[in-house]
Amino acid sequence: MKVRWFVIFVLLTVLVTLGAPVATVVASGPEKTAPQEKPFEGVEVNVLTFTGPQIAEPLQRRGPDFTKLTGAKINVIVVPFSDLYQKILTDMATGTNSFDAFVFAPQWMVDYIIPGYLEDLTERVQNDKDIQWDDIAPFFRDFSATYAGRIYTIPLDGDFHMVYYRKDLLEKEGMKPPATWDDYLAIAKAFHGKDLNGDGDPDYGSCISKKRGAQAYWFIFSVAGGFIQSLGTSQGAFFDTDTMKPLVDNEAFAAALDIYNETTKYGPPDELNLDVGDTRSLFTSGRCALSMDWGDIGTLAIDPQTSVVQDKVGSVILPGSTKVLDRKTGKLVPCDEKICPYAVDGVNHAPYAAYGGWSGGINAAAEPKVKDAAYAFFSYMAQPAQANVDVTIGKTGFNPYRISQFLNRELWVKAGMSPKAASDYLGAIEDSLNSPNMVLDLRIPQSQRYQQVVLDQAVSQFLSGEITKEQCMKQIYDGWEEITEELGREQQLEAYRGTLGITK
Amino acid sequence: MTTERVSRSALTEVGIGTEAPTSVVLRHVGTRVERMAGNVFILPAVLVVLFLSIFPLFLSLSLSLSRLKFVKGGFEIKFVGLANYHKLLFGSEQNHFLGVLGSPSLLGWLFFLGVMAFLIWRLVRYIRAGSSSVVSLVGRVLTVVLLGSIAWLLAHTLSPEGRPGTVVVTLLYVFIGIAVQYALGLLLAMLTTQRLPARRFFRVVFLLPMMITPVGIAYTFRMMTDTDKGPFQPIWQALGLGLYSWVNDPWGARTAVIISDIWQWTPFMYIVLLAALEGQSVELMEAALVDGANRWQVFWHITLPQILPVSTTLILIRMIEAFKIVDLPNVLTNGGPGTATESMTLHAFIAWRTLDLGGSAAIAYMLLFLVTFLSMSYVNILRRRVVEV
Repeated sequence: MKVRWFVIFVLLTVLVTLGAPVATVVASGPEKTAPQEKPFEGVEVNVLTFTGPQIAEPLQRRGPDFTKLTGAKINVIVVPFSDLYQKILTDMATGTNSFDAFVFAPQWMVDYIIPGYLEDLTERVQNDKDIQWDDIAPFFRDFSATYAGRIYTIPLDGDFHMVYYRKDLLEKEGMKPPATWDDYLAIAKAFHGKDLNGDGDPDYGSCISKKRGAQAYWFIFSVAGGFIQSLGTSQGAFFDTDTMKPLVDNEAFAAALDIYNETTKYGPPDELNLDVGDTRSLFTSGRCALSMDWGDIGTLAIDPQTSVVQDKVGSVILPGSTKVLDRKTGKLVPCDEKICPYAVDGVNHAPYAAYGGWSGGINAAAEPKVKDAAYAFFSYMAQPAQANVDVTIGKTGFNPYRISQFLNRELWVKAGMSPKAASDYLGAIEDSLNSPNMVLDLRIPQSQRYQQVVLDQAVSQFLSGEITKEQCMKQIYDGWEEITEELGREQQLEAYRGTLGITK
Repeated sequence: MTTERVSRSALTEVGIGTEAPTSVVLRHVGTRVERMAGNVFILPAVLVVLFLSIFPLFLSLSLSLSRLKFVKGGFEIKFVGLANYHKLLFGSEQNHFLGVLGSPSLLGWLFFLGVMAFLIWRLVRYIRAGSSSVVSLVGRVLTVVLLGSIAWLLAHTLSPEGRPGTVVVTLLYVFIGIAVQYALGLLLAMLTTQRLPARRFFRVVFLLPMMITPVGIAYTFRMMTDTDKGPFQPIWQALGLGLYSWVNDPWGARTAVIISDIWQWTPFMYIVLLAALEGQSVELMEAALVDGANRWQVFWHITLPQILPVSTTLILIRMIEAFKIVDLPNVLTNGGPGTATESMTLHAFIAWRTLDLGGSAAIAYMLLFLVTFLSMSYVNILRRRVVEV
């Protein structure tokens, strides 16, 4: 008996041992098919962007969703804004390549494309139906994302400067939204020092971020644009398109500096140390009558958790000027039909496409599989299913850039905007986007040095009273000339004319 | 055989004697090793210094004479001669580095002429003494020229039309900061040597600021100077200053940086001076008191000379350290408003951050030159005083 039991036991053991691999194969069946469902299983993509929390927030929030769909893990690495340009450049130039993809300003891309660091995404975009490329507004599709006819970045955000005002306050005082910068100053002056949110403390007429080394250095050209550029986008607002001489030593730029400086008088006491995040929270907490910003305030104002000005915010295209620069004499002359063909009611507006919208680019030196995963991630972020929700949320920092986002007002009403506020907000962006006199941001080699180094420093020194207006203008002029001379005037001029669409 | 004979005879000639040749050779090697041992032992240290100090020094010197450029497939470093220095002293960065030169006020002229008169008087006195070598005379003339230039720069940039650049701002941080720190540190040290209640407790409390990281201190002061949200907001509001911020004003911001620096570094002065005060000889003081000296006389003639050697070193260490101030202005004001609170190190850091590596290295070299020169002058001027005492 015992022997028989022993034989049965041995037989069973042998059977189990032989059967185990079969069972394993059967069990692993679904696992084996999983990689086919998740094309990027085991792939990690390191994405570099700035500290935020805006911009980084949607990437971090949607990363895990993307992992569930495709298996690719998205690591979002952040650095302060002032370090972003250099971090991307040095990472690729030194061959460190610790980042596979970047979310950055498309105006810097020329510095990354010429040495061959950025991946050409043209084929990928052409073969990708889900991204609905044609739904992206032509400006972002053809200018921001494209260089020399090839696509290098995926737009995730649309950027224009515009002016926000407290509708409730202006209506109460019978005032109209600002059409010129003089109107802006008059409104700011009228409300400065009054209690605007009912907490008993005096509040501010105008809140504009003016911090050095942050995202504030674009604002001066939002004021200057309307004085300098009047004959359409191809006229350019930064340099003379024949000589590449900076357009900053004239009455127009002087007038803009005066206005910009005067807004500080009606601003918070430490305005020179405020970044855009600070001014946005001041505006949504009801402490400012006016503000100049990208599209973010519009969506932040409808957030019930942080905003006390829900449905009290109006937005308009950047104010303009009734006098514009005569480039021959360097003096301001009154607008007429000839010199201001695009003026509205005699006011020349020049909306500034500052920054061009946060966009995703891919490191050409990354592994092919990683590049594919990075592209898939940016495509996923830009697809209407995700993007059309993200642009309505204030904290994402993403503003509308797709045609469907402008047309479908339902999206905005669903997000909490009143229909009137939605058409106001989208109308201001559309006015800017469709303006034939839009100011294109500087996108020539080393534009970052022209703006983030020379312009930022001179303007901040002027605002703090360290240097006079004349010294400020001279400093920018000399600094820009120095860079142009160093990099080659002809080459820079050609690049500048290229961005403005001027052909010889 | 022949070889052995020759070597043996050679050894006999040099007086080694007739011992077994192997042991002689061994001993010979032994003495060589002993002689070499010192060198061998310090070799690692020399190598470390070479690699960590001398090599980077030369590398950054070459970097300061070049410009970084990004080209296809990488970057190149192009030699540009003294262009980076020229830019700082005479070119587009002059306003930032040296400042805007205005015509000096009457006070400015008096200051400049006073400094020059003192320097020339010292030089003449030195030459008249007749014990001068050529090298030391050249050194002294150079000192007069450089200190005179600094006084000239101060008089011009601190005038009503002028604006101090990062060099002058750094000098202000160093000299105002150290003077106040020394005075406060000495005062606190004197207080805690008295038989006051809870002095042990205060000794610990006075040391605390030194233990906090400068970034933490900068954030604390950033909060305190914020008149909109900071802890002093109700006071500012009550005083009707709710719409005024002192860090928006260049001099207000500089004062904020100096105050936070003083707060952080007074404890260092305090602890060293406390040790010096406690170590001074009691007999001398008692003798002076018996002779009828008052407290001030005791302090001036007995205490101060006794703590002078320690003070000299203390100030030198703090001076070298203070020239490198970067964290406080960077976090507290971000170098602003404008560039008002930028120190030389912060200036170099910002230049480096914008990939102007050559410009950054040039600023760093100017700083190195300034610190070395001022420290050497300080040591030279004070050494004799200390020896005399």
